[in-house]
Amino acid sequence: MKILYFAWLRTKIGVAEEDVTPPAEVGDVAALIEWLKGRGDGYAEALADLSVVRVAVNQEYAKLDHPVGPDDEVALFPPVTGGKGR
Amino acid sequence: MIRVQEEDFDVGAEIDGLAPGNRSVGGIACFIGVVRDFVGDDKETGTPVGAITLEHYPGMTEQKLAAIEAEALQRWPLDGCLIIHRYGRLELGDRIVMVATAAAHRADALDACQFLIDWLKTEAPFWKLEETEAGGQWVDARAGDDRRAERWIKK
Repeated sequence: MKILYFAWLRTKIGVAEEDVTPPAEVGDVAALIEWLKGRGDGYAEALADLSVVRVAVNQEYAKLDHPVGPDDEVALFPPVTGGKGR
Repeated sequence: MIRVQEEDFDVGAEIDGLAPGNRSVGGIACFIGVVRDFVGDDKETGTPVGAITLEHYPGMTEQKLAAIEAEALQRWPLDGCLIIHRYGRLELGDRIVMVATAAAHRADALDACQFLIDWLKTEAPFWKLEETEAGGQWVDARAGDDRRAERWIKK
């Protein structure tokens, strides 16, 4: 499974992307995030408050109960800020 | 048409290329976003900013912008539609984004243009790092952007 991190999640975790193989029981986004939090302090800190974390699965916005599998691309990032005018 | 690029663009040339030779076009609307020197509602109470860096999600960005453009083309009778969004480090006054629409009538061009910029700000996966005196600060999304975009949700 390919995981991408953007903005401050990338800087806190320290990598932009990685290939991971979570255990088989990790079947949705929520379980994946819980598993990622165990990978290190940076992960735990970046993923502590999920109200400021957004998720995309295969480049579509997804919720925490969205299923994930070995062939998926999962991105974790803050709410988007675009080219915001104000 | 959509483009995501690091380099600047020529506004005049882009507008000329929107619907060349199409004599049914009666109006062209255009919005250009540029880098401003403060964060916040106004300059007096805001935080000074020196430059920004825009990060995006290559692949998903193009997909989202194409979807936003398709939605505009479905809602309004447009003869031309263009979204250009830059990424990377941008200095004060630099152009960030350009949206342009061409239509037979001005109301369609203006409404579609505003729809496009409002939606892309809430849908397109861009994140802004602002360079301030305190260092680089990642910008949080603002409720105001969601409210502006919500005006366009069909009842």
